[in-house]
Order: sequence, then C-alpha cells, then structure tokens
Amino acid sequence: MKGLEKLEAVYRDAYAKVPRPRDVVSRASFPYAPPTVPLTVEPRRPEPTLGAHYDTDWARRMPARYGRFLLTEGVLRPVVAGLAQPERRGLDRLADLDGPAIFAANHHSHLDAGLLITSLPEPHRHQVFAGAAADYFFDSRLKATASALVLNAIPIERTKVTRRSAEQAAELIDRGWSMVIFPEGGRSPDGWGQPFRGGAAYLAIRCGVPIVPVHLAGTGRILPKGKNRPRPGRTVVTFGRPIHAAEGERSQALADRLELAVAALADEATTDWYSARRRAAAGETPSLSAPTEGAWRKAWAISAQRSKRRPTTKSWPDLS
Amino acid sequence: MPRPGFVLDVDKSTPPILFHHGEGFRLEKLPAGRSRVIYPGEPLAALDDVEAEIHHALHHPLDMEPLPALLKPGMRLTIAFDDISLPLPPMKRPDIRQRVIEQVLDLAAAAGVDDVHLIAALALHRRMTEAELREAVGDRVYDAFAPSGALYNHDAEDPDNLAFLGTTKHGEEVEINKRAAESDLLVYVNINIVSMDGGHKSTATGLASYRSIRHHHNVHTMVHSRSFMDRHNSELHHSNWRMGAVIRDAGVKVFQIETTINNDTFGQDGPMSVLAKREWEWTTRDRVSFIGMQQGLKRLSSPTRRRIFQNHRAPYGVTSVTAGAIESVHERTLQHCFDQHLVEVEGQTDILTMGLPYICPYNVNSVMNPILVMCLGLGYFFNMYRGKPLVREGGVLIMTHPTPWEFHPVHHPSYIDFFEQVLADTTDPKEIEQRWEKQFAEDEWYRHLYRTSYAYHGVHPFYMWYWGSHALDHLGRVIVVGGDVRAVKRLGFKAASTLQDALEMAEDVVGPGASITHYKNPPLVMADVK
Repeated sequence: MKGLEKLEAVYRDAYAKVPRPRDVVSRASFPYAPPTVPLTVEPRRPEPTLGAHYDTDWARRMPARYGRFLLTEGVLRPVVAGLAQPERRGLDRLADLDGPAIFAANHHSHLDAGLLITSLPEPHRHQVFAGAAADYFFDSRLKATASALVLNAIPIERTKVTRRSAEQAAELIDRGWSMVIFPEGGRSPDGWGQPFRGGAAYLAIRCGVPIVPVHLAGTGRILPKGKNRPRPGRTVVTFGRPIHAAEGERSQALADRLELAVAALADEATTDWYSARRRAAAGETPSLSAPTEGAWRKAWAISAQRSKRRPTTKSWPDLS
Repeated sequence: MPRPGFVLDVDKSTPPILFHHGEGFRLEKLPAGRSRVIYPGEPLAALDDVEAEIHHALHHPLDMEPLPALLKPGMRLTIAFDDISLPLPPMKRPDIRQRVIEQVLDLAAAAGVDDVHLIAALALHRRMTEAELREAVGDRVYDAFAPSGALYNHDAEDPDNLAFLGTTKHGEEVEINKRAAESDLLVYVNINIVSMDGGHKSTATGLASYRSIRHHHNVHTMVHSRSFMDRHNSELHHSNWRMGAVIRDAGVKVFQIETTINNDTFGQDGPMSVLAKREWEWTTRDRVSFIGMQQGLKRLSSPTRRRIFQNHRAPYGVTSVTAGAIESVHERTLQHCFDQHLVEVEGQTDILTMGLPYICPYNVNSVMNPILVMCLGLGYFFNMYRGKPLVREGGVLIMTHPTPWEFHPVHHPSYIDFFEQVLADTTDPKEIEQRWEKQFAEDEWYRHLYRTSYAYHGVHPFYMWYWGSHALDHLGRVIVVGGDVRAVKRLGFKAASTLQDALEMAEDVVGPGASITHYKNPPLVMADVK
C-alpha cells in the first residue's frame, strides 16, 4: 500500500508541474498573444472582406467548379423545375452564339438567377457567372460563400459606380465566361419593370461580346419581393436574338435597345410572336414600366399580362 | 489612401516594438511615458503606367530640349546609371534603370546613333558582376552592348580614361570618366531612394576619380553636412554642386533622369510583409509568420540566413520619373522623396535607438562587416534628419545588430586591414584621415583589386568611417546591443546584451529618466526635427 501511495504522490507532483493550457495562454506575451493597442492610437478598422470586397476567385477554381456542377444539376435544376415549372422559348435564337455572352433579363424574384442559369444552353450553363448585389448577397460570409459557390456570383455595387466590379466582370468575360445580369439593378417592387441601367451594355461594348435579352415571366408570383416562402407556379423563359453593339454606340443607347428587346419578348410571351412583331414594327410594344395611373390600376394591368398561351389543367371534365 | 508616417508616444499599452537586428529581429519593450517611436509612412501610390511616364519625361524634360531633339546620327552618346548600391534592397525585375535605358536606346536607335556606351557609375565602389549588370539594365541591353565592350564599369583608377576638367573656386579638382566627358550627350539614369542621391552628385561623384572625390569625401565635409540628406544644408552637396558647374562649363551636356520609388520594401503579402506593419496591427497570420520566421532564422547558419535575405527583391512602386536639366529635375525629385519619407518630429531626444537591418549600400550580395555597421548606424541612419539631429548633442545612440567580426575577402580587402590595423590604433576620424588615408588610397595592391577584381577601393573604409564622423562628433556614447563584444570594442563603442542594459548604461551619460526616441527604419523614414 505504501508503494501505491508513493506512486500516487509522484504522479500528483508530476501532474502539478505540467502547465495547464489556460495558464500557458494567459502568460503568453506578444507575438504569441495578440498585441495591445497604444492608448493614443485609434485602432485601424479591419480591411473589409465582405460586400463588394469579397474575393470570389476561389469559386472559379476546379474544386468549386465541380461542386457547382453537382449543385446545379443535382439540386438547383430539380428545385427550379419543381417550383417554377419553366417553359423555355427562343433557345433556337442562340444557335449561332459562339463564345461568351451577357444574358440580361428582367428581375422580379430571387428565383430569377437560378431559373435563368438552369435555362441556359450548354456550354454557357457551366461557364457562367452572375452579377449579384454586393449589399444583399455578400453581406455575410455564409451568404457570400453560398452565392459564389452556387451561382458563381461576383459582387456588384448597386449604390455607387465602382471600377472594381466592372473590371472584375470584364476580366472574367475576357477569360471566356458568360455573364448573367439583371440590368434593372434590383427586384421589381410591384411586378412592373424598372429602367435598365447601363452596366450590361457597358460591359458588352468594353468586352466586344453580344447581349442576349431574356424575359422571365411568372417568378414574381412564385417568390415576390418581400416574401420568404415560395408558392409553386409556372414560368416562361424567353430568349431573344443576341444584340451586338453598333460601331461607336454609346452604352446608354445600347441599354435602351436592350430594354426594348426585353419588352418585345415580354409582349411575345403574353401574346404571340407575330402580334408582338407587328407591334414592335409599329413602335407600339408595351413598356415594361408601370403605367402612370394610380396604384390599383397598375396592379389591375399587371394581372392582365398573364400568358394566354398557357395550357390550363382542367380540374373537372367539361361535360357540355 | 496610404497613411503618412507619424510619431507614437509609448504608453503602457504599447506592444513591444520590432527592431531589425541584422539577419534577424528583436521585439523590445520601450519604457512608457518617456519613449516615442517614429514610424515610416505607408507606400505612396505607384504610377499606373511607368512606361508612359518615362516616355512623357523624355519628351517633356525640364529646362532642356526633348531627348529626341538631342539625338543625332554620328554623335557620341553615353548612358551612365547608378550602380549596385541602389536601391536597397534591390528591386524586383524589371529594374527601373532597365525601363528607362531601353526607352532612351529606342530613341537613340530611331535617331540613328551608333556610338553608344553604357557605364555603371560606381565611383570607388566595387565593380558590378555580369549578373548584377544584367539585373540592373536587363538582358536585352546587356546582350546588345556588353559583348562589344560598350557596357562596362567605370574605372576611377584608369589614367587613360579620365579627363581633368578644371578646378572649382574652392580648389577642388574635377576629374571624371573621359568617355562621359567627351560625349556629345551624357544621359544619367538615377534611382533616388533617399534625398542624398542624384543631382550633380551623380556625375561629379559617380563618374569621378579618387583625385576628385577626396575633396568632398573627407572628415571636414562630413562634419559640416547637417545633414547630408538635406541637400541645402550639406557641405557634401555644396562641393558636388561646385564641381557640377565646372563639368557644365567644360561643355559636358548632361540629360538627367531621376526616378523615385515608394516604401514598399517588404511587399504587401508574404512573410516579410509583417516587417512594414505597425505592431498593434499585426494579425494572427502576421504573428504566426513572424514567429515562424524568427524561429526558422535562429536555426539556420549565418551564410544561409544571409543568402535568404540577400535574395529578397523589393516590389517597390515607381512614384516619379523626371528628366531634363540637373538642378530643375533634382528639386522636383527631392519633393517626391520627402513626400514619402519625411515625418515631423517635435524636439530632440536624449537617447536614440535604432535597429540596423541586414543591408547597407556597400554589402549587396556581400557581408555586413563591423565598419559597415558603423557606417549604416552613425552615417546613414543618424543623418536621416532635416533641421537638427534626432538626438541632442552629447546624447546616446543605441543600435541593435550582431556586428560579427566577419569580412568579405573579395569585396572588402582593405576593410580587413583598416579594422585590424587602423582601428586598433585609433578611432578618431581626423587622426585616421591624416595618418592613414593616403597609404591605403595609393596602395597598388588595393588599386589592382579594385580595377581587376570586385573589391571596393582601398580608401573606401576610410570614407565609411568619415560618413559617421558627424555622429561621432555629436554623440556622448554609442552602444551596440547584441553585437560581437570584441568587434564592438574595436569600433570604440560599448556592447550591451539587452536593450534594458543599454538604457541603463546610457543613463550614466544622459542622466536618469532620459527621453528615448526609436527610429523605426526600414522602410525608410526621415525626421524633420523642429
């Protein structure tokens, strides 16, 4: 027994001599511990790493690209198909599209990016990045990582014009990536379109690539702005003919042409192609923007724009 | 927006301060309440398009015709450029000298100039090796001119290739490279890393002979240069300006090109980047890389450490390119230097501390011997002031450096004899100058090694010692922390093993509670002492 007690005492002594991790940490001094800040110095604010400063380069490396491929085909496409039941029109207009392009669409819902990307033909679907609002999609590390991984999104400043966003987008286009962008700069608050900004047009001119106008119909009813829970519905994705900038064309003029092209696609989606073409030829294509009447008449008018071409599922046989 | 340099008053919350210590570092806690630290400014924005800026400078020079108008077929064109001593540490390729020289040569080719020589203006420094020349001027220039002997090192001891141009009113003889003197146009390409560089000093010193240089590289001139970083209060520069006038009057036409670089000495990322950061802003990554670097360096041999540091190339950004007449160009260049380096400091201090890094102008790809340690601390760093010295007269200078008793036998042969023979006898600059200079300067063996090997001139260690003569004249004591005790004693300084010991030793001279200023350099900072 005495031997055991001795052994226990030796063990206790040895144990007492082993420094505890907490003591080691508390006794550590600079540089093993973080530095203290002199009283007279105002601490420097850490370099921003979120928002427009979030670095998305990692999302273009091979592991992320493989991961995105699996997510797009294995998760995003089935989810979009289940929620939005998309009908894709006008893909034949992209048959001659060679090399990168800018796909510019109207914007009603968070569903738009997923719907548009999963609707793109190959090779664009897996060689595309999205311009996403820096202040919304990149304001937390989790959202920024998810946006970059799933949508290959890069942050775009909505509140001010910055060279950084434009340069980054231009560099990717120059490297052969197509871009998905929503020139309205944000989701529609009321279902009506907003004026197109010049960013997409600027990039098309800067990089010498075509813009493909795209109209998305129906996503505003599935997941409108202000709602968190989607309500499944039907959508129509209409691709227009690629638009090339004319020699010496300014970006705002190209942006106006783009807006007109998307409006014509909207007309085509809600009526028929030939009627839409005739109205376009007569300069009577309905604008994407809201009429100037009162609030209830705007809502009334938008409800009348639903596609008349959609086959309706009859819930009960017509016996008449 | 880069933050300018500033003076930090040390308080109890101030973390330990990084001191350079040769090929290593120390973290030292300075006494709160009586210490301050002078921090360098962050790197100024670099030029977006350096090539365009060079093109603009050559086509729109100050007070001279554009360079293309000066270039004629059949003319003799000489391009001189700064040697290996600039910049420090050497810059990442492409070197700014290469970029400027290539554009000058493009214009010369367009004008049909066949007779072109390129000369490394090294004064009494060692000759540059082929690899060093290639790094400075680029492979294209080297391969086009060196094989035919049109690119070479200046030889200050070649009587056949020196031209005597006259004497200043102060009796200073002006003798420079004959080819440069007899050319129709001399284009001088400078890197002005500090305000001491450039101006008339480029040609009057860089391309001169010992006969000429001795008139300003002496104890009297250095003691009366206050400081030699402040050109308008520098006897060194006054002498060079007088010589510049003689050169001009002799008909030598100089097209001066001066370039400045920013403080990006250690880069913005990588393990060395921590050296340019303020200690309280060190991130976890910075601390980890510093600890890793520190621990790794401790385990390496001295030659390996030296090789690692000497291989560092700084990613400097070019902040200005100015061309034209020497004086107009230099005034503008000075402003660019001051914009980057100058920090206003209120009043002098009793004790000045400084951490000496691994490199000075004379040990690029070489060994920092004890004489160079003295020259860097008491010569260059002590003189980085405008107005008054940072430390009061009779004050104490404490510097940290291992100061090994070690010399590069090829580069510094006369240093060895100077250290063993001269300093063993006396450390008084005036006595050294009178008793020993002539003997070393005219020694045939040193002359031979300077001309045919890669040795500094026999007189060069004397100049290093004179470089510190203003500080020696001004200071009450010099203490070296962490240095080889025997080598430090030979220099005539006191050795201390820790900074705390050194501060206590300093108080014997300046009294208790003395004020302390730490001069945190590099990256470069210059004190504007009010």
